[in-house]
Amino acid sequence: MAVLVLGPLGGAAGAFAFPKGGRRLAGVAAVTAVLALLVLAREVVTNGVQLHRVGGWSAPLGIDLRGDGLAVLMLAITALIAGAVTLYAPPYFLPQAGAESRDRERWFWPLFLFLWSALNALFLSRDIFNLYVTLELLGFAAVTLVALAGKREALTATMRYLLVSLPASLFYLMGVALVYGQCATVDLSLLAAKAERGPVLWVALALMTGGLVAKAALFPLHFWLPPAHASAPAPVSALLSALVVKGPYYILLRLWFEAFPALMTPAVAQGLGALGAVAIVWGSIHALMQARLKLLVAYSTVAQLGYLFLLFPLAAVREGGWLAWNGGLLFLAAHACAKTALFLTAGNILQAAGHDRIKGLDGMTQVLPVSAFAFGLAGLSLAGLPPSSGFAGKWLLLSASLAQGQWWWAAVILGGSLLAAAYVMRVLSHAFTQVALATKPRPLPAVQEWTALVLAALAVGLGLAAQGPLALLRLGAPVVLGGAGP
Amino acid sequence: MNVHGWILPGILLSSFLTGMVIFFLSEESHRLRTWLNLLGAGVKLILVGALLQGIYHGQGYSLELDFLPGIPLALGADANSVLFVTLSTFLWFWTTLYAVGYLEDSPHRSRFFGFFSLCVTATTGIALAANLVTFLVFYELLTVSTYPLVVHRGTPEAMRGGRIYLAYTLGGGVVLLLAVAWLHQLAGPVMFRERGVIEGLVAAHRGELRVLFLLFMLGIGVKAALVPLHGWLPKAMVAPAPVSSLLHAVAVVKAGAFGIVRIVYDVYGVETAARLGVLAPLAFVAGATILYGSVVALFQDELKKRLAYSTVSQVSYIVLGAAILGPLATIGGLVHLVHQGIMKITLFFGAGNYAETLGVHRVSELNGVGRRMPLTTAAFTIAALGMIGVPPLAGYITKWYLKKGAITAGADWVALVLALSSLLNAAYFLPILYRAWFKDPPAHWPHEHCFGRLETHWMLLAAPLVTAALVVWAGVFAESSFSPLAWVKLIAAREYGP
Repeated sequence: MAVLVLGPLGGAAGAFAFPKGGRRLAGVAAVTAVLALLVLAREVVTNGVQLHRVGGWSAPLGIDLRGDGLAVLMLAITALIAGAVTLYAPPYFLPQAGAESRDRERWFWPLFLFLWSALNALFLSRDIFNLYVTLELLGFAAVTLVALAGKREALTATMRYLLVSLPASLFYLMGVALVYGQCATVDLSLLAAKAERGPVLWVALALMTGGLVAKAALFPLHFWLPPAHASAPAPVSALLSALVVKGPYYILLRLWFEAFPALMTPAVAQGLGALGAVAIVWGSIHALMQARLKLLVAYSTVAQLGYLFLLFPLAAVREGGWLAWNGGLLFLAAHACAKTALFLTAGNILQAAGHDRIKGLDGMTQVLPVSAFAFGLAGLSLAGLPPSSGFAGKWLLLSASLAQGQWWWAAVILGGSLLAAAYVMRVLSHAFTQVALATKPRPLPAVQEWTALVLAALAVGLGLAAQGPLALLRLGAPVVLGGAGP
Repeated sequence: MNVHGWILPGILLSSFLTGMVIFFLSEESHRLRTWLNLLGAGVKLILVGALLQGIYHGQGYSLELDFLPGIPLALGADANSVLFVTLSTFLWFWTTLYAVGYLEDSPHRSRFFGFFSLCVTATTGIALAANLVTFLVFYELLTVSTYPLVVHRGTPEAMRGGRIYLAYTLGGGVVLLLAVAWLHQLAGPVMFRERGVIEGLVAAHRGELRVLFLLFMLGIGVKAALVPLHGWLPKAMVAPAPVSSLLHAVAVVKAGAFGIVRIVYDVYGVETAARLGVLAPLAFVAGATILYGSVVALFQDELKKRLAYSTVSQVSYIVLGAAILGPLATIGGLVHLVHQGIMKITLFFGAGNYAETLGVHRVSELNGVGRRMPLTTAAFTIAALGMIGVPPLAGYITKWYLKKGAITAGADWVALVLALSSLLNAAYFLPILYRAWFKDPPAHWPHEHCFGRLETHWMLLAAPLVTAALVVWAGVFAESSFSPLAWVKLIAAREYGP
């Protein structure tokens, strides 16, 4: 487990010290991390939840790393996306060869590996203070990566991101302090036993949730996301949309369902769900109005994140809650794959055509057929069409909402699918128009196109292979959901 | 898994894999693509033949794959699916041949035939689906795979038609998804079964089941082009002729009609549905659609549009058959699933031949076309007469059973609708035939191609002749044991069995 954190971290340090070997070190770090993950996954599947006490000290004194089903799933998604980025980035940074691009690549590798390490640490952490530390590291890496693009708009976006991210962390930290003052522990499992409803904990949770929601870009605190995700280089956008926003979301799940299920009242659950619902509509409508492809994809992230928050009202009810939990997390995986594919495709188009105006995409299929195909497949999953994993996730959420009689969420889920289909088609319809291209766009390295296609195919194929990940989720699932508990 | 176990996945994969390979072929490899297409269609035909053979010998077929928790992807071959899968596979083979000839020199053929193959995969998947979720999966796959075919030409008009098509079908798909998810909450995993699966729920959930039936009909009715959900069909006429034949005779509209048949017979059960009182409104909508489509068809000068509205009207015969309680009406409706398919595909092949060979698109330009292209026109004539219901052609059988069934069930107004519709059919088909055979041809055709000795390319000629022959066969030999009618009687006997 420690290797999962230390592998990429070592790679980051190495890439920082030896800029020329960034790529090779990233490759080594990636292979190490994936191998470590496979070992951990095997252990978890055969022997159940794994606990690693760093330095041999047990909680509340020492630092616990814990691998349960949910953590392994998140780690696996991370490894998949980060692995894809490791393959995609080298050719991506090549074409604009020149001092500027080399400079960018020099910083990309250490920051990327650092980000990976922070994510892995976050998913394995067991106490809310460690979660804070990893969150900060994650935020630091993410903000700096956005700045890599170096253009003016990117710098503005970076500043905005930073200005949201810092206070959000502070809010979270204040919450942690309050919780520690009240319960005298920060360990997730111990907190579950000690937490009782009271004003202090309410304030603490409100602070923590507020901070995390801002970092996860839930409506109405989503405003920083589209410019940041759209102006970053393509591999960075993919990382941000697919993984980074999922970090704080993951902490929210751990907080509300494991540490403080006692405080999860219907009002809280419905409130988070309502924000999610507004995000779905708001994000989709804005995606429909964007003139640029990357902004469209970024607003689509705002909308899709909304679905993740529907998990709160649906999983908080005992009957059908398990369905919603599965559905939400499957959806998360689906979104990670599909969104990475979309951002990588958008990057391809940007490089080949020199722009990403949606109106000017006519004839792009003739040049980038594989990318267009990838976009189509990923769009299939976003719109929740069967048999994609997006469909499977939506089906589970929908079933839960109907089983619980919360039909208003069903309406949101279905309406959101139509909106998603609409904005995907806005782009995709250009793939079928016939035009003679005035200038011959630059051909792209095959790796760049095929990485996107493979991820998109995974987003669809995962729907047919969902039983494996879902079985994994049962291991160490929160008690409130009828799982075995920690 | 023994040989039999491979037949169902084989039927799906024979076209799916073909499509996947074709996507990545280069535009120039014309010969390879053609052979792959025909190979895929041929293998599928053989597999369906083997399936029929196996069923004849009492072999059962089913296959389940893990999909959603508690709900597998399930394939099976019951009487209804065999009917539909045989129809679509058979027509597929000829449509492929036709499409190869039709698209000889147009761009993006790899893309076209890739989606073409995906489309047949989806259609056969719909036919073989053994539970509702599997049906839904392939139903949506059909939507997605036909869109690129509709917009294939890439003109602004085609894009518009495609957009409308998607708006209708995706909207319908969402309604269907809601209905399916809701029914699963009430009834658990829904497998298709003769006489339905919800009988036990009627007492407790009468109202909900009625609403659900409405949702199902709204969701599936879009593809079946029930009025007022038919708006996309004439707009989708911008597609190339093989696609139109496909949409109308084999895939989309037929999938919609088949879906309604599935819901009425194998989910609700026709007797349960009648007890819920949901069949009468459906019959009314079907009747209205029949008349509306025929009336509008009268006023279309563009040949393909006239055929499109004729489809709107004809497909509702199937729905009408399903909406009337009684074995005779069931027979009439189901057999029309096949009859409408072979007749309509012949008509579209004919219209495509006129357009491709002579550049003729309008009814008013058809003067004397019978002298220039006698074989095509003969096939067209047979199919048109069949549509009108002239004995002994296929359409006559349908109408006879429907009329009998309606009168037996005490729905005399249906007989009136059928009579009116036949009259209208005659009114919009006979002028075409008159022009084609009895008027003098113009000095110049708008845009003529010559294909040597034959009146048109042999691939374009073979398909309509074969399907026209089928129209005659299905009518003349209706009472033999190798006819669609014989098979459909078996289905009806099971649905109303003791």
